[in-house]
Order: sequence, then C-alpha cells, then structure tokens
Amino acid sequence: MEIDANKTDLSATELRSAANKRLGYKMIWVVVAALLFAFALVPIYDVLCTMTGLNGKTKSTVSELNNTKVDETRWVTVQFTTSTMPGLGWNFYPKQSSIKVHPGKVETVLFEAKNITNEVVAGRAVPSVTPGVAAAHLKKLACFCFERQALNPGETKLLPLRFFVSPDIPADVKEMTLSYAFFSVDK
Amino acid sequence: MSTTTVAHHDEHTDHPTGIMRWLTTTNHKDIGTMYLTFSLIMFLVGGSMILGIRAELFQPGLQLIKPDFFNQLIGVHALIMIFAALMPAATGFANWMLPLQIGAPDMALPRLNNWGFWLLPPSAILLTLPFTLALFGIGDGALATGWTFYPPLSIQGGIGVDFAIFAVHLLGISSVLGSINIIVTLFNMRAPGMTLMKMPMFAWGWLITAFLLIATIPVLAGAVTMLLTDRHFGTHFFDAAGGGDPIMFQHLFWFFGHPEVYILLLPVWGFIPQILQTFSRKPMYGYKAQVYSLWAIGAMSVVVWAHHFFTAGMPVPALLYFMYSTMAISLPLAVLFFCWIKTMWRGSMSFETPMLFTVGWIILFGIGGLTGLVLADVAADAQYHNSYFVVAHFHYTLFAGGIMGIMAGVYYWLPKMTGHMYNEKLGQLHFWLTAISFNLTFIPQFFLGLAGMPRRIPDYALQFAEFNMISSMAAFVLGLSQLIFVYNIISTVKGGKKATSQVWEGAEGLEWTLPSPPPYHSFTEQPIIK
Repeated sequence: MEIDANKTDLSATELRSAANKRLGYKMIWVVVAALLFAFALVPIYDVLCTMTGLNGKTKSTVSELNNTKVDETRWVTVQFTTSTMPGLGWNFYPKQSSIKVHPGKVETVLFEAKNITNEVVAGRAVPSVTPGVAAAHLKKLACFCFERQALNPGETKLLPLRFFVSPDIPADVKEMTLSYAFFSVDK
Repeated sequence: MSTTTVAHHDEHTDHPTGIMRWLTTTNHKDIGTMYLTFSLIMFLVGGSMILGIRAELFQPGLQLIKPDFFNQLIGVHALIMIFAALMPAATGFANWMLPLQIGAPDMALPRLNNWGFWLLPPSAILLTLPFTLALFGIGDGALATGWTFYPPLSIQGGIGVDFAIFAVHLLGISSVLGSINIIVTLFNMRAPGMTLMKMPMFAWGWLITAFLLIATIPVLAGAVTMLLTDRHFGTHFFDAAGGGDPIMFQHLFWFFGHPEVYILLLPVWGFIPQILQTFSRKPMYGYKAQVYSLWAIGAMSVVVWAHHFFTAGMPVPALLYFMYSTMAISLPLAVLFFCWIKTMWRGSMSFETPMLFTVGWIILFGIGGLTGLVLADVAADAQYHNSYFVVAHFHYTLFAGGIMGIMAGVYYWLPKMTGHMYNEKLGQLHFWLTAISFNLTFIPQFFLGLAGMPRRIPDYALQFAEFNMISSMAAFVLGLSQLIFVYNIISTVKGGKKATSQVWEGAEGLEWTLPSPPPYHSFTEQPIIK
C-alpha cells in the first residue's frame, strides 16, 4: 500500500482516535452479548430446574402408571402444606397433614377449599416439593392443580390429589413436603 | 509532533470558563474532579440516611420514623452508597490518574466520558425524588425492598420501585460507558515501551474491574427490566402463578451482585500497593503475583453468586459447590494480603494520613474477609443469614475495604490534584476518629447478629438494646467525623502549602513526574518507558 508520508504523520492522532473507536465498538458487542445472556438465562434456568429439581416444581401433566412395582420394604412420609396468596379470599388446607406411603403405591388425599367472599372467585394452585431432588419422583395421576378451580360465594369444595411416589426415589429421601400455593387468576 | 496536532491542542486550551467549562468539558481531569465531587456529595447524602436509621434503632420501639420509611431509607442508602458514592469515586480516580499513570494525553473516548458522568446526576435525582413526591401525596415513597429488589415484594411495591429501576438503568449505562473508555485507554493509549506487565497496579485493578462491569451490569439491567415488565406489562418472569419463579431473580441479581463486590474493591486493591510502596520506600512485593491474583479473583467472582441465598433452597451438591468455590477466593486474596504485608516488611515506613488509612484498611478489610468465610459456610450461614452479622461483615468490606481505601487514595493524590498539601493534623484526626468509631459501630453488630437480631427491621427485642445504643452513638461520631474530611478537602482545594512534583519522598511513577497540579493538558508528547 502506498501512503503519502506527510499524510500519515499528519494524522497520527486521528489514526489512534479511529483505533480507539474500533475497540470501543467491539466492547459494545460484549455488552450486547451480556444483555442477551441475561435473557437467555431464563430458559436455561428452567431447563436446569427440570433436570435437577432446583425449584421443586412437579410436572404439571398426568403421569402414567405402568407396571410400577410397590416397594413394600420402604416408607416415605409425604407432608402437605398450603397457603393462599394475597388477593384470593379462600380458606385452603389439607384434610390430613401427612401420609406414610410405600413407593409405587397409589394414594388419594383430599384438600378443602372454601370461598369466604361473596363473589365467584377462581384460583390456581402452584405446587412445590422440598427437597428438590424428590420433585421428579412425585408422580400425579390426577390433581386439582392441573386446572383452574372456581368457587361460588361461600362454597366449600373437596379437591382430590391421586399420586404415587416413584420407586426410583433416592434411598436417603425418607420425607418430603408438598406445598400448594393458591393464586388468584382473575386479575 | 506535527503542526496540526499542536494547533489542535491550542484550540482545546481555550476551554470555556465558569459553569460552561464543567458542563461541556471532555478533559479527563475535569471529569475526574466532577466524578469525585459527585461521589463526596452522595456519600454525605447516603450517610445522613443511615443516621436516620441509627437514630430509630437507638432504642427499642418505634420513636422517630415509620417502618415503611425505615425500609425506604435502607434500600436507598445502599443504592446510593454503592452506585453513587463508591463506584463514581473509583471512576473519578480512574479518570484523573490512569492517563497520568500510563503517560496518555487524555482518556481514549473523551466525549463518551462526558456523557458517562452526566448520566449520574439524573439517576441520583430519580433515586431520591420519590421521597419528595410522597410529601406532596404522589406515590408512597422510594423503593422499600432493600437494594436487592427481591420479588414478589418489588412487584407489589409502589412507584418508588419504578424510579429505582430507571435509576439503575442510567447508573448501569454510565458505568458501562466508563468501563469501555477505561479498557480502550489502557489498551491503546499507554506510553511507548509500557507493556501490559509494566502497567501500574491501579491500571490492572481497573482493567479487570472494567471487564467485570461490562459483563455483569447488563445482566442486572436485564433482570430489573424483567421486573419492570412483570410489574406493568403482564409478563410472569418472577411470578409463580404464571409459571415464573421468584428465586430466579435472586440468581440473576447475584450473578451481577457478587462480581459487583469485587468491582467496588479491585480499583482499591490497585492503588493500595502503590501507597504502600511509597510510604515503605521500597518497590512493591510480588507485582506478577498480584496481577495474577487480581485476574483469578475477577474470574472466580462470576461463578460463586449463589452463596448470597443458601437458605432459599438448593440441592446439596449445589450448596457444596458454592461453598467451596466461595472459600477458594480467599486463596488469591491471601496472596494479595501477603504481598501487601511483605511490601511494608523492613521498609523505612512513615505514617502520613494516606499510609495510616492504608494500614488500617489492611487490618479492617482483613476482618471483613475473614467474617465472609464464616458466612460462606453453608451450615453456619443458616443461622447468620439476614442477621446483623451480615450487615457488620459487608460494612467491614465495603466501608473499611471500600470507602476507607478511597480515603487513603484521596489523601495520597489530593496534593497532586490540587497542588496544595492538606492539613496533616486534621487528616490524622480524621483517620483515628473514623477507625475507632467505625469499629465501635460495627463490632456490636457482629454480636447482635450472633444473638439473632434480624437486619432491615425497625424494632427489636429488649435484649439487643445496649449493643444498639453503642452502635448508634458510634455511628453518629463516624458520620460527624466525615465533616473533618470535607473541610480538609475544601481548604486544600482553596490553598495551603505548595506541593512539590513528587509530593511524597518515596513516590514513584509517571504521575509524580508532572508538576502539582498537573497542567490542563499533560503528556501531549508521550514519555518513552525503558
């Protein structure tokens, strides 16, 4: 490349200023990448949670019961806890606070919900299991949490949950807690 | 140098005077001064807020302020101290000193620099405006969630949360711009012959800080943006009812939040060794070891975030990973501590104010680091989490490790920046009052935390009364002694004994070859480093 010697000397500062701008723009790409990474973390987090049970989420669909053997040598205690979130005027509690089950054996437990307002109110229960590793092993065959529930003013409703604990559950899990938080879905 | 460039510089020497000089300036020294002044003002604002808190906590029961206002003060105090006091102070030093230290005529991107600064005052207004608006019956005050914005509380909060989110956006843009500028300056503008491994330690500290900032601030910006859309546009990123997860916010926030801790400290770790070598009158020990340690800490800081919420629930392998990786950071940090101590070892030390602050800093920051190891222990953390132990711990790292470090830097460079010596007696008085009252404020808080007093609560059980009373009284002494600092700075700017170019007997480095104060344009002809 042939460049006029005077010209290059003349623009030494300008050359550097251009180089500065180039590097500056490159750094802006790093910032853009970091911003995209922040939003990419949302699906990554979901995948990690499904794999590890990090946030205790159970599957929101019906599990299949095929040839599951009942392991009568083990007992697992499943405890139930409930809460209603602000904006939902319901009383909601489990009919029994815990149940001892053999892994693989299907059980049914009941929850009771009462609308204490004088309006029709709909809500949806969001489950969470502690410890997280047990979440994937709690298999639901039928659950009131799969769909929204509506209650008439003053109505009381029994909400059933049919489930079994998978026999694959790690041997050191002897107790787990299933929590339901009822959210209002009207808003 | 060609004639054109000289003419170019002459044109710049004709800078406007008065207020227009400061509004339009792209000069690195002017912008550095503005950053430092802004930081000092916000330090006093954030400090007065916490004195309100300490006044309320002086006795059990609710006397002075309502719980909601208490919560607002706590969150805004933290945001102001972190984003508007500590970070701008470090950026101010970077602007003033980095070009001088690497022999550059100015920062690489001067206009970006100007813009970076002028985003700060609006964001400070955004943070504090809701307090004023509430007085006129608009909204219910500033954000009351603490500085961490945890949902669901932040989704339910009032307009203060929106103001804070936009303030964080502006502050984020400002520090990202500042960081880009620093990276470009350090890569492109060094004096001929100054290789990366000959850079002053302050430049290294800032280079790593700047990379951490551009990699993590956007994650915070993304997280608070999701919060904003959850609040107003019907998304469910953090809403369990809609399939989101509030815990995810904690992961996003602390993915930024933990590196942020090092962002606040790395610049200080940069100039502390320089102060040590000046007042020990011998070269710093283990330059390479320090540089590699800084890199190691910077890299590790982005993979340990979840230790901030061990108690939120995590699988045991994850707990173990975050515990061990957090504790592993203490290894490179220990290397730094040994290098700092070895720099002083058998030196001809003298204890002017900057050195007093630096030695005090090493001890107090050491306590901050060690109590951090206690909190990193998963089993112990279950008890200490969200207690006053945590408050005391992070004030040892951020007030002692951050602000007292910055004060060492102020006393060290003030004669260079103003051309006058500060009042040494007042400086030493400021140090002793600060160091003693700081310890009297926060040592009782360690005990309170161990005894189970939760943080962020305006009232407490009677058995905590004595320690809270000591802590509150000492906090007021700590706050008031900062007025000595302000007075000393102002009187040094106005006049005082003329400072020589070298200022300190043992000072070495390019900034000390220039007269004090340095001319408006320095190193237009770059020095050659052998």
